[in-house]
Amino acid sequence: MANRIAEPPPPGAATPAPRASPIALLFKLGLPILAALLLIAIPSFLGDFRLGLAAKYLCLAFPAVAIVLIWGYGGILSLGQGIFFGLGGYMMAMFLKLEAAAQDNTGSALSQFYGSNLPDFMVWNSVEALPWWWLPFHHLWFTLGAIVIIPAVVAFALAYANFRKRVGGVYFSIITLALASIMAIVIIGQQGVTGGANGITDFKTFVGIDLDTESAKRGMYFTTVVLLLLSVLAGMFIIRSGFGKVLVAIRDREDRVRFSGYDPAMFKAFIFAVGAVISAIGGAMFTMQVGLASPSLVGIVPSIEMVIYAAVGGRLSLVGAVYGALIVGYAKTTFSENFAEHWFYFIGGLFILVTMFLPQGIAGLLDRFRASRDRN
Amino acid sequence: MKRRGVTVSNFDRRKFIKTSGVVAAASALPFPMINIRSAGAAETVKVGILHSLTGTIAIAEASVVDAEKLAIEEINKAGGVMGRQIETIVEDGASDWPTFAEKARKLLEKDKVAAIFGCYTSASRKATLPVVEKLKGLLYYPTYYEGLEQSPNILYTAQEATQSVVAAVNWLAEKKGKKFYLIGSDYIWPRTTNKLAKPTIAKAGGTVVGESYYPLGSIEFASEVNKIKAAKPDVILSTVVGGSNVAFYKQLVAAGLTGKNQTLLALAVSEEEASGIGPENLEGFLSCMGYFQSLKNPANERFVKAFKAKYGANRVTGDTLACGYTSVYLWKLAAEKAKSFDVPAVVAASAGLEFEGPEGKIKFHASNHHLYKHARIGTFRKDGQIDMIFESPLIEPNPFPKL
Amino acid sequence: MTFDIFVMQAFNGLSLFTVLVLMALGLAIVFGLMGVINMAHGELMAMGAYTTYATAQLFAKFMPSFMGIYFLVGIVFAFAVTFIFGFLLERGLIRFLYQRPLDTMLATWGLSLVLQQVFRHLFGPKEVGVPTVSWLQGAWQVSGDIQLPLSRIFIVGLTLAVSVAVYLLLFKTRWGLRIRAVTQNRAMSGAAGINTERVDAMSFALGCGLAGIAGSSFTMLASTGPVTGQQYIVDTFIVVVFGGVESLLGTFASAFLIGQMQSTLEYLLSGSMAKATILLLVIVALYFRPNGLFAAKVRR
Repeated sequence: MANRIAEPPPPGAATPAPRASPIALLFKLGLPILAALLLIAIPSFLGDFRLGLAAKYLCLAFPAVAIVLIWGYGGILSLGQGIFFGLGGYMMAMFLKLEAAAQDNTGSALSQFYGSNLPDFMVWNSVEALPWWWLPFHHLWFTLGAIVIIPAVVAFALAYANFRKRVGGVYFSIITLALASIMAIVIIGQQGVTGGANGITDFKTFVGIDLDTESAKRGMYFTTVVLLLLSVLAGMFIIRSGFGKVLVAIRDREDRVRFSGYDPAMFKAFIFAVGAVISAIGGAMFTMQVGLASPSLVGIVPSIEMVIYAAVGGRLSLVGAVYGALIVGYAKTTFSENFAEHWFYFIGGLFILVTMFLPQGIAGLLDRFRASRDRN
Repeated sequence: MKRRGVTVSNFDRRKFIKTSGVVAAASALPFPMINIRSAGAAETVKVGILHSLTGTIAIAEASVVDAEKLAIEEINKAGGVMGRQIETIVEDGASDWPTFAEKARKLLEKDKVAAIFGCYTSASRKATLPVVEKLKGLLYYPTYYEGLEQSPNILYTAQEATQSVVAAVNWLAEKKGKKFYLIGSDYIWPRTTNKLAKPTIAKAGGTVVGESYYPLGSIEFASEVNKIKAAKPDVILSTVVGGSNVAFYKQLVAAGLTGKNQTLLALAVSEEEASGIGPENLEGFLSCMGYFQSLKNPANERFVKAFKAKYGANRVTGDTLACGYTSVYLWKLAAEKAKSFDVPAVVAASAGLEFEGPEGKIKFHASNHHLYKHARIGTFRKDGQIDMIFESPLIEPNPFPKL
Repeated sequence: MTFDIFVMQAFNGLSLFTVLVLMALGLAIVFGLMGVINMAHGELMAMGAYTTYATAQLFAKFMPSFMGIYFLVGIVFAFAVTFIFGFLLERGLIRFLYQRPLDTMLATWGLSLVLQQVFRHLFGPKEVGVPTVSWLQGAWQVSGDIQLPLSRIFIVGLTLAVSVAVYLLLFKTRWGLRIRAVTQNRAMSGAAGINTERVDAMSFALGCGLAGIAGSSFTMLASTGPVTGQQYIVDTFIVVVFGGVESLLGTFASAFLIGQMQSTLEYLLSGSMAKATILLLVIVALYFRPNGLFAAKVRR
């Protein structure tokens, strides 16, 4: 019964339509339209505050895109995508915090009282020297490399070990969920070196650029958009390659693919690692824009929300995932600003309605519309 | 296979319109209702209230909003601040720290509020701090916390750690015994508080026989109770917070450790938590706070009466509520003294500012943005109220103690 | 460790075992047998707890002299309310989603948010105080230093009763036979004349009702508030999955193992580290038993 969980959503949404209709065109041009929206429309119409919010939602679109890849196409449901989002976020936070601490030895209350230029939370936890694993994060290029490589290695090792043993379906989901919990507990418990429950906050500059100027914010927004579009593009490339075909085959009938001589574990682990890298990049951008890395990004609730973004957008649509993250984020903000005390009703209701009426998400809605048009 | 949702073939345009209509309705309906009240904004001054109304921390935080709203209402009835009515904008931090940062930015950039009253957990304040500093806003923070912070844009109106734990430990070591058992929730405030407690205990000639932390929201304390029984401490010093307290006290009492045979002093349990924990489970245990509802002074009697009149006779006040209420008045006084709502002027006017509030006379420190406060220790009664048994003189705030 | 502490810790392990069983049994039916990932399971427990609270209020108001038995009535009410709610939920929402188990997760996640807000509206954002009846307060003094909390003894007994009842229901009644038939082969059961829709609704409602019983009895141990459900949901899922999703026996085994680990580790370590260690052990165990402790024979 529960094997159904590993079962894929009905395929078919990814094939392009034979005839040219406006909707079909919309599909073919999904990525260019998204690019135009994110690069031109949003920045020219939104004020600085709303643009900052959009940037935040877009950072959450990274793990949503990753989930489309690993769940929609790989058939692996990760309930712990926050692990990788958090890894990326924390590594970026370590870099930014070290930079902030290095400048912060004049006049700030802490250094005044304690005479130290370690990161503030280390000072008040009586940590006397920087732990060795913090040291390389002084360097920008190490940090950027680590944001890509560490999540990839961790994810690949974890996934390959488990998929080799044929841990699958809901069991793997629970493993990712448990890991997300462990990571949150360890971060909170080791507050002297991780910032604890407060997380790592209060950054000043990124390689000397003041993070809080409007131009820096715009710059970060465009960096996020470009990285996101590149991630979507990479995802599309993978799906359309031979690798993607095997992946979908594994999702649909793993045993037959295995009997054909492939090693499904290798394929699944690889796509899981790709998803981890994409999520980590999102986490790093999130930390830069929102200005904190916190264990609340790692835990179970944000991880489940990331799955929801993907589901709202349509779990087979990479472009849809971006819209999903934008729409849910926008709905959350709008509902909570207008109905501070009742917004849970709306957001909860939205999830129920989407699953009831839009099983394939927004992308599925367009898809069906196209199918019905094509028939007429 | 018969109930396989709606399949592609029977989906037509009408359904498309219907379903998309549902989603559009769900997402579009609320939009036109923004800011109806802001029409006559010229005569008012805006303030923001930023607490968690939803999520895990709402349990502790939502009622602070009530106290702050009460103070604002009272001030408005009495003619406002410098003749201007206060307009309140409430935002939900949703127990999520990035959301706090987002909402603080919204309040300062879009609504241009003169001050924000808000935050409960340290994590939410830490997330809000860079935003408030950058946008030159003003935050009143009404929750007892671990100290180690002093932002030019934050005024801290509750106890920092030295103002409660040091006084409490000294009193306990003198009156109750020297063997301490430390238990807390696993986050920064309990860990930092205990960091302060340990040298204080040692200085008072005491020993620590156990120290343990549980994740926030934990509901199983049976093994911990056994550990406590094995260690036989004279005093349990508890920094457990939130819902875990209900489980902790219930399981402690069920295992035979009650207020009659075990000294336990909690640094995070006020009258407000009593009804959830069950007063019968709390009776005889100790609490250390800056304020108790039972305090006898005219300002407090007025506050409690007004609070009950507005929100119901069965509601109780507590330390954070009193600090939230006081914060609003402190802001009003400072603005009037400065004759301006400008943040630097209000902050400057706050130095040394005195106020006769529910917790008696309090006073801002000349420079460090914290208040001189009393530490008060009391015993829980059967009805969930607290009888004060010890009151320290006003303690100077020292947010950066030598650890 | 002295003998007294050892006895109390042993009892503690037993108690944790029964608490976990009670938490997980409902979900084992809903998730394990029916494949519905019910993220609102915790909120159903909270619903049971709030029902108990409401019962206490009613008794205190109208029948104060019968306050001593309110708790038993409260458990029955909690079961009834969550059972009916579960039935309506299945008919109104879940039954449209059987072919899409992951969608049940999203829809019930939405539902859990809505329910939290409903609780907040009806009962306020604070925890409510559910009184413990006088005959369950305090501890049974076995000997000088050995004290066993009465509330926990009650939960041990309740779990035993509920487990036996579920066993009899599933394996000794015609209704149970139908449930098992439908979960094993839906099409054939339908062909044999079983009303599968009805069976689905009743099984789902039963699972929800068990959550209600669990929530109701946990009012003695822990808090009752709008987010109470979130405290339970993750542990509940881990117990069910660790045991092997399709096996009720597995749920018992995994509750037993996790309960023992938890009581031992919490005694030896700090609470947080104990929790992290347990999760790590679960991951390692799943590595060696990829389909849970009691794996159904499925070819992958």
